[in-house]
Amino acid sequence: MFEAIAFYLFAALTIGMFTITVMTSQALYALTAMAAGMIFISAFFFILGADFLGAIQIIVYTGAVMALYAFGMMFFDTTRSVIEKRNNPRFVVVLGALAAVLIVLIVLAPIVTTNLNSQHPIDLNVGNTQAIGMVLFTKYLVPFELAAVMLLVAMIAGIVLAGKKMDKSLTLMADEEIALMQASSHDRTEEEGEH
Amino acid sequence: MELTLNHYLILSTILFCIGLIGVMRRKNLLMLFFATEILLNAVNVGMAAISHYRGDYTGQMFAFFIIAIAASEVAVGLGLLVVWYKRTGKIDLDQMTSMRG
Repeated sequence: MFEAIAFYLFAALTIGMFTITVMTSQALYALTAMAAGMIFISAFFFILGADFLGAIQIIVYTGAVMALYAFGMMFFDTTRSVIEKRNNPRFVVVLGALAAVLIVLIVLAPIVTTNLNSQHPIDLNVGNTQAIGMVLFTKYLVPFELAAVMLLVAMIAGIVLAGKKMDKSLTLMADEEIALMQASSHDRTEEEGEH
Repeated sequence: MELTLNHYLILSTILFCIGLIGVMRRKNLLMLFFATEILLNAVNVGMAAISHYRGDYTGQMFAFFIIAIAASEVAVGLGLLVVWYKRTGKIDLDQMTSMRG
């Protein structure tokens, strides 16, 4: 009973928040509505007994991803209202619904007749986080390590792309070159100050 | 009233539709990234629901890896967006048409 009430409440809240994210013309509203929607999504994970996933959802999405987007919004100056070109909104809605139904059909078509067996049955004797750890570090160890390498690559890519003068290596340059580079950048900031 | 797997799958489909609508109507690239996050979250809800109702941890594992992929996608995507913004000063999709055919 309480599960059903919580489900419908959070379903309505999530759908409302994500609709605001998609439909609003203010980037700040979109960001805050999406942060709220992410928190509400974690409620479904807690209802479903996936405690670890719910905690990860809050930490990663509303902690890391939202902070990155907030930085992006400050950098890009998207406080002005976003200009959208709307030529036919009904066409877009119909196309979106059709594409979602098609994806469900494509994924379900090969497995709808076969009888699925669970590979890692849920053990009620241990907690969710402990069981996740046991499955993750036995059956899914290689994907876990690959995900770790992928996150490292993404971190380095982010630093190199967003940083300044990443094409020069300070360790390979002589002291005079570094001094010259610093002097030239100092001159440039002074020139910009005069303008 | 008993909650079934279908409730969660229908909710997941609705959220996925909202994300798809966002992907189709947004012209600003930052707003487009928001819509892709909604898509990934909609799939995560479905994965966790299937994991619960079929008594299997595989769904939660996949949701876990999807979250990791989403985090790295944001890092690389925002880095590329910063580089593009420094060069052109615009992040609208319509102004990114550099190839003429």
